[in-house]
Amino acid sequence: MATRITVDPVTRIEGHLRIDCEVQDGKVTNAWSSGQMWRGIELILQGRDPRDAWVFTQRICGVCTTVHAVASVRAVENALKLEIPLNAQYIRNMIIAAHCLHDHIVHFYQLSALDWVDVVSALKADPVETAKLASTLSSWPHNTVQDMKTVQARLKKLVESGQLGIFTNGYWGHPAMKLSPEVNLLATAHYLQALEYQRIANQIVAILGSKTPHIQNLAVGGVSNPINLDSQSTLTIERLYYIKTLMDKLGDFIRNVYLVDVAAIGGFYADWTQYGSGVTNYLSVPEMPMDTAGTQFELPGGYITDGDLASFKPITSFQDSYFEDGVAESSKHAWYENGDGALHPYDGETVPQYTDFQDDGKYSWVKAPTFYDQRAQVGPLANVLCMVAAGHEPTKRYLDTVMNTASALAGSQIPLSALHSTIGRHAARAVRCGVIYESLQNQWQALMDNIGSGDYDTYNRPTFPKGEIRGFGIHEAPRGTLSHWVIIRDGKIANYQCVVPSTWNSGPRDESDELGPYEASLVGNPIADPEQPLEVLRTVHSFDPCMACAIHMVDKTQREIIRVKAL
Amino acid sequence: MNPEVASLLGPADPEPHYTGEAAPPCPVLVLGMGNILLEDEGLGIHALNMLQRQYELPPEVECLDGGTSGMALLDLISRRRHLLVLDAVQTGDPPGTLVKMDDQDVPVYFGLRITPHQLGLSDVLASLKLNEEQPDQVTVLGLVPVSLEMSLELSADINARLGHLTEAVADELRELGYPLRPRV
Repeated sequence: MATRITVDPVTRIEGHLRIDCEVQDGKVTNAWSSGQMWRGIELILQGRDPRDAWVFTQRICGVCTTVHAVASVRAVENALKLEIPLNAQYIRNMIIAAHCLHDHIVHFYQLSALDWVDVVSALKADPVETAKLASTLSSWPHNTVQDMKTVQARLKKLVESGQLGIFTNGYWGHPAMKLSPEVNLLATAHYLQALEYQRIANQIVAILGSKTPHIQNLAVGGVSNPINLDSQSTLTIERLYYIKTLMDKLGDFIRNVYLVDVAAIGGFYADWTQYGSGVTNYLSVPEMPMDTAGTQFELPGGYITDGDLASFKPITSFQDSYFEDGVAESSKHAWYENGDGALHPYDGETVPQYTDFQDDGKYSWVKAPTFYDQRAQVGPLANVLCMVAAGHEPTKRYLDTVMNTASALAGSQIPLSALHSTIGRHAARAVRCGVIYESLQNQWQALMDNIGSGDYDTYNRPTFPKGEIRGFGIHEAPRGTLSHWVIIRDGKIANYQCVVPSTWNSGPRDESDELGPYEASLVGNPIADPEQPLEVLRTVHSFDPCMACAIHMVDKTQREIIRVKAL
Repeated sequence: MNPEVASLLGPADPEPHYTGEAAPPCPVLVLGMGNILLEDEGLGIHALNMLQRQYELPPEVECLDGGTSGMALLDLISRRRHLLVLDAVQTGDPPGTLVKMDDQDVPVYFGLRITPHQLGLSDVLASLKLNEEQPDQVTVLGLVPVSLEMSLELSADINARLGHLTEAVADELRELGYPLRPRV
């Protein structure tokens, strides 16, 4: 007998998402992903000064403030064909990297580890055995018997208080939870330690961006950080060296804890490499520009079709027409008017047309983006596969480490193709975190060297011509490819569209009724208990959904509601 | 600079939190929460700005526009003595009603909060509690919103009531023992 599961809202994500699945014989046979909030930032920006747009776009979301600021200034600079000073690129790149490290660490530990880790089971663990197990996995100094005892005591206090707080929506004791109490305790300890390390990453953003949340230092044309090695109120060598000490602490955690934990969970849950592949066209854009025009990058990006790395086609610059021409958005199944089919973002419209939830009609506030009429998955997995296809050495190195550790724990060699999966998205995010950490070090060094050569420039003043210009800004954000598109008429914004990572992944069916990445990835997932669809959450969370910027409106529901209906 | 943009950017933090663990944070944090793109949803931030325009605050009181952030606020809330949250809250009372919630009511507040963000302040406070660095006292002050459409301006009714909220914050600070001086 078939049943229909509705999870509304999906918790432990940013924003409001509803997922519907049809289940037959313990497997998902059909799925719908529905964004439940409307987005209208585009309407607020019309008529404004393009130099101010980034200040507004960084308010779209409380998590990705930085990424929308960066994509916005890049879009306006692209329209103006304005290059920015090298120091400005490096400072922006460091902010991008630090923000990304923060995001990846929080996503794995605070937002998704509880799908795999049973914290209540950790109470039964033997701290001595846990510490022994930990010593076989890494040399992290905070895995001692005493550390484990302390965590267990805190956890016990929390469970006994009856207020599980952050752990409220967990599926404790679910049959799909497979880790031993000791592994659960170790992961819980790292959950708490991750809170410490994510704040270090945020401190780097605050120093360079002058403030967090909502950085203040961007400008169309560069950054507003004056560099003056003698003045206390500017970016000084002392501050830059302080950033270096923060970076080193973060690196220790990423290498000795995050990468190890992800490999371990991948090894213990190796069966989850069979589920969740979905759409295997992968899109990512190059990041960490190393010249003033955005034509050379530290990290490559591009497009892969059907999961075949040999099909990789690179995207090579901020001016890349292959990317610019390929993007379109369909509103056929979204609650907007959809006149003549899918529209290029320059021609994008945001005219609401609400119907009820219609399985075969409109059912989401998110549009369905396509790349040359194909659905594409974005995010760390897409980025890592593209970087491997491009032969990027650090990516291959981190990937080998994770795959080897996971294979050793699983007891058999896990092939690269296993990455096209729910667990593969977590593995790729950890790999990318390692790569971004190295990149942060490189950007820091490049900035120091450039300042050392006597170049203190951080800003090129923009001038706006009469008439119409247009441009796009790309950014490989923690959740994947982000693009902002702007049309400027006589120095004022005439149209503005944001095509955000979660739109690519969470979008509904498209113009030719093809399933979006969330939807396609759910088909085939096992469901042990329709009343407790933990497996659905595992796959959806693996994308790191951030629906608050995909869409916008309000929601006063806090508890996750799951409805199960016999069909 | 366009004043609207300037108010969004707020004053630059003269000395960002880069001194690490050494310096304890200032004892009181007044935290405006909400999305200023969604009309009354941003009333907490509008009240925060009004407070700073009308009063000179003592050095023990720090103001922060938290937007709709969650975990990014962890470090900023950690180890404070008092946390004063300004926000839009849906209590079921008539729009414009002034709402005050103290420690024992604060968990209720999270059920009434209307931000689109799930992993919000409640999780930040719970995480701080696990690490034993939560604020000693949390107070929420807010108004019941009228309208949450896409707009940078408050609804006329809430705009008219904003002064009441700002005064309630000022009273709260005075009661905590931090005198404010009106700006002339």
